[in-house]
Amino acid sequence: MKMEFQVARDDYLSAGKVSSQIKQTLKQIGYPNELLRRMAVACYEAEINMIIHSYGGTIRLLIEEDGRIQMIFSDTGPGIADLEQAMTPGFSTASEKAREFGFGAGMGLPNIQRVSDHFDILTSHEGTTLTLGFELDP
Amino acid sequence: MTLKQLVERTGWEPLVLTEEDREVTGGFSGDLLSWVMGHGEAGQVWVTVQTHLNVVAVAVLREFSCLIIANDAEISEEMLNRAKEEQLNVLCCHETAFEACRKLIEAGL
Repeated sequence: MKMEFQVARDDYLSAGKVSSQIKQTLKQIGYPNELLRRMAVACYEAEINMIIHSYGGTIRLLIEEDGRIQMIFSDTGPGIADLEQAMTPGFSTASEKAREFGFGAGMGLPNIQRVSDHFDILTSHEGTTLTLGFELDP
Repeated sequence: MTLKQLVERTGWEPLVLTEEDREVTGGFSGDLLSWVMGHGEAGQVWVTVQTHLNVVAVAVLREFSCLIIANDAEISEEMLNRAKEEQLNVLCCHETAFEACRKLIEAGL
């Protein structure tokens, strides 16, 4: 099963909509609550990152036949300048505008890595692709 | 404690109350959304002074039992409408976040 969603730059008011939709879909399929919560945290943080930091992009949800879940977040740039810093809890490059909305704690990527079973990130000035995997029995 | 009991014990105004019998398991206070997303637990009440739409999204995704807007922070119709759509319980209070937490603990949380 595949689903695809578009995320627009600076669309703060829609933040969380894709995550809610994905969570709802997985809930209907019957995934356990513990997995739904981890997925929701990861998806929301990654969705917010795309809104705050990227020029926009796509979120793809793939559900394998054995139940494993993959979420792929691809944006069109500008890329993460220093990935090591971006992975450091508390480090943030969020704009003043984003901070006014309560974002910019510098916990996005660390939170995502903590709750996902597989975490892979590729970044260049042409864009960033974050691939997350979730197992039923990690 | 149920949400109904919490409302009775604190006297705080319910702005949206869709599940009076929802069990409240604890509380969390914070205004940085990712921090709350990373550390909050399902069933807790969330005390904050943030009142924009993203607060509703975080509260729903994190499965908080109730949102408590402290310190008379201004709440927009838009946010309340979104909370109603999402069936998110919302209370508001005059106390600061600190005082609100103290009152929650005194109420038995």
